[in-house]
Amino acid sequence: MTLRERLRQCLRLFLIFLKIGAFTFGGGYAMIPLIEYETAEKRDLIEKEEISDVVAIAESTPGPIAINSATFVGYRTAGVLGSAAATLGVVLPSFVIILVIAFFLRRLMEYRVVQYAFFGIRAGVLALIVKAVVSFWKRADHRVFGWCVMVGAFAWAALTDWSVIGLLALCGAAGFVFCAVQRKRGKLP
Amino acid sequence: MILLELFYTFFTIGLFTFGGGYAMLPLIQEKVVANGWMGMEELTNFVAISESTPGPFAINISTYVGAETAGVPGALCATLGVVLPSFLIILIVAKIYVRFKNSRAVGGVMFGLRAAVVGLMAAALWGMLRTVFFHGVPVAWASVLRPEFLCSAAIFAAAVTAALKKVSPIIIIVCSAAAGVAAGYIFGL
Repeated sequence: MTLRERLRQCLRLFLIFLKIGAFTFGGGYAMIPLIEYETAEKRDLIEKEEISDVVAIAESTPGPIAINSATFVGYRTAGVLGSAAATLGVVLPSFVIILVIAFFLRRLMEYRVVQYAFFGIRAGVLALIVKAVVSFWKRADHRVFGWCVMVGAFAWAALTDWSVIGLLALCGAAGFVFCAVQRKRGKLP
Repeated sequence: MILLELFYTFFTIGLFTFGGGYAMLPLIQEKVVANGWMGMEELTNFVAISESTPGPFAINISTYVGAETAGVPGALCATLGVVLPSFLIILIVAKIYVRFKNSRAVGGVMFGLRAAVVGLMAAALWGMLRTVFFHGVPVAWASVLRPEFLCSAAIFAAAVTAALKKVSPIIIIVCSAAAGVAAGYIFGL
């Protein structure tokens, strides 16, 4: 690929992910079908089969799903420059919109009707977090091990002020050991 | 130096969030709310704003906290901080992704982390529920009879039912806002 072609490819990636960033509500997972459509179906930037790899990689690396997928697709298409272009594209719309909102929100919050609206919204929006917890729960382990980790993590975060990062390190190590033991017993491939 | 502190805080949050989106809430509460950059109520308000604007939650929240704390440079530093760990890690992983995808070690660690994130998110939700339902009053049976609590509980219950029936988040937010305004004027909250 010549430099010129590569730059054109980067511009294309930037515009595709700009569009994805500007039109997906609900973040990460809501973006996957759009990424599939724009990069694999409409154009041949990546293979359709690679989309499941995108999701698998995005899920098992830290950070927001949206950024992980944009960086990954960008890299597969046009190297480091491509990943930078795709990531910048997906970030930019949110960044600009939220800057504008941050500017107005404080003044808006002075109105009583807005305060009342947010009083209702605060109670309602917690339901969306409940839903997120439920969907994460569905994908987690439901045996004794999983329940111990879930309850332990809840108690750690809700009842103590010990570090969340420390807990993550502990649970990651526990998962590693648990899977290794299960494999030794022949319960895992 | 506030800009450096914003960058560092959101870098840590980006580095240790697994699963994206609301999996970030426990760390936001530990690092951002505890730092005094944002109140728990403001965080709950912001979840609604993020749901009603396009783009990933991670970018929205980092831009907002950065902008509120230190203007546009703050927004830039916080957003760069939250994006950078994903970006760098994906660049490394993209080179070895077949091996990474099939790695037993990664699988084991993620197995533990998935369960841990459920517990952590539930704890973050618990903290937000307490703030929304018992704002400024002790968590006690007597507090349950206040109109603020009863209205919040009714809106929350209706919203959870709607959310689990896959009603769109935007509709839930709009209806909660309307219910909040109605309750506010009727009970003179």
